[in-house]
Amino acid sequence: MAVLYEKPIRRPVGDTGVIVEFGDAIAQEINQKVRTMTLALDRERPAGVREVIPTYRSLMIVYDPLEVDLDGLMGLLTELERRVDDADTPPPRVVEIPVCYGGEYGPDIEFVAQTHGLTVDDVIRIHSEASYQIYMMGFTPGFAYLGGLPTVLHTPRLETPRALVPAGSIGIANEQTGMYPLESPAGWRIIGRTPLKLFDPCRRNPFLYESGDMIRFVGISAEEFRRMTGEGGL
Amino acid sequence: MDMFRVLRPGSLTTVQDLGRYGLQRYGIPVSGALDRFSFAVGNLLVGNPEGAASLEVTYTGPKLEALSEGLVAVTGADVSVAVNGEPQHLWESFPVKKGDVLSVRTARSGVRAYVSVGGGIDVPEVMGSRSTCLRGRFGGMMGRSLVRGDIMRRAPQTKPGVIRSLPASFKPTFRKKNTLRVVPGPQDDWFDKGLELFFRAPFTVTADADRTGYRLNGPTVPFAEGVPQSIISEPSLAGAVQVPPDGKPIILMVELTVGGYAKIATVITPDLDIVAQARPGDTIRFSRITLDEAFLAHLEYRDTLQTVRLMLT
Repeated sequence: MAVLYEKPIRRPVGDTGVIVEFGDAIAQEINQKVRTMTLALDRERPAGVREVIPTYRSLMIVYDPLEVDLDGLMGLLTELERRVDDADTPPPRVVEIPVCYGGEYGPDIEFVAQTHGLTVDDVIRIHSEASYQIYMMGFTPGFAYLGGLPTVLHTPRLETPRALVPAGSIGIANEQTGMYPLESPAGWRIIGRTPLKLFDPCRRNPFLYESGDMIRFVGISAEEFRRMTGEGGL
Repeated sequence: MDMFRVLRPGSLTTVQDLGRYGLQRYGIPVSGALDRFSFAVGNLLVGNPEGAASLEVTYTGPKLEALSEGLVAVTGADVSVAVNGEPQHLWESFPVKKGDVLSVRTARSGVRAYVSVGGGIDVPEVMGSRSTCLRGRFGGMMGRSLVRGDIMRRAPQTKPGVIRSLPASFKPTFRKKNTLRVVPGPQDDWFDKGLELFFRAPFTVTADADRTGYRLNGPTVPFAEGVPQSIISEPSLAGAVQVPPDGKPIILMVELTVGGYAKIATVITPDLDIVAQARPGDTIRFSRITLDEAFLAHLEYRDTLQTVRLMLT
């Protein structure tokens, strides 16, 4: 059973970091605390803090040791832990991701369906009806770790990963679902692809979402996909 | 202006500056020059602001044809440098003129050298930095290392080109045996007796050592009883020493953002420059210090850089 710590645990990371842990599991209520505190620190912007990185059940504060007053920072954390409530935090932003499921864009969707005794349409319906919390980002630029994949769709990874999976691929691996912002090798079961460029380093907003947002997948047709990517059209 | 044509790229030459901060929450690693002292001095020697972009050379450097005049300096690893075959000193700026061929050959000691040019390497800034993110394929020279035929541009020189040299007493020495100062944690409590071993034993740098991490060989570091061998993924920080289930520590560096293994201790920032220059086969020992001592070390490091800055300005 997931334990939410009554008092968050702080751990130093060398001479420039502190990790603050809020619980001991991947669970919505623990991640909510991470989000609340991250947003509170973003608002306060204590001197000497370079960044705040939220993850599943903890956040890391990176600071400049010559600019920060570490005791003061710890004091601020204590005060925020006392003062700030999850209710102060705005509800997560919902980001819709159009997905063309199956066909050439989702070569593993039939496997997923068969594994669970479902039809491909069932898989599409169940996958796109759920809402997915972004617990954290990492592994590659713009990659979001999503929570909330319905148990009925949990499917093991490929035994042999594919050498290359196109950018925008949407997949399932065990209890995780996710999107690949960059072309990469992948062991995930690929069920669809989004025409959106999930990560563009040169765009004004390189990312389309961030930790704490909710992702919803919206099914689109292959024709719509081609129209959105400007393929094969006038 | 066009400054260099790459005749031979070297084994892994990338454009780096001080890196990208504030974006780790999006999965963007810090990247940037691995040996910060050598990088900073290079810029100071050619009259650049300290954050100007340079070329980070790994073991074997490039052969470059100068397409216009410029002031150049090479710092860091003990590479041999020549202009049209004439040897040049490291840690000292020298002029090149159009048509000169600058050659940076294999390092005799150390791993990473920095080729700085007056004005700084001019590539587009991506998300606030000119550093190369190899994993994300962006930044620096189109997100990759240099290849033959690349044209490197430089910005105009902002200060007059004056020949400067770093006094010998400030030049780092690259040793085969090194001690890295570490602060225990964040997961030091996962190791029990393993901590004692970690602070006593010599470890060896393996060939699996790069900008993402340095894998070490040595005695297996045991976990405390009953402790899981992975952790729930949390942010990584350059210098954090991760211990995977096989018990062989990895010093994490700058090209990653999260990790799922316990971190027994974290190398302090000043000593990352030592890691950046450690070669496969070198010995590493970890020395335990307190956070207060770590802050003092950080202050000392900054003071040294300030002294150098004053001498070279």
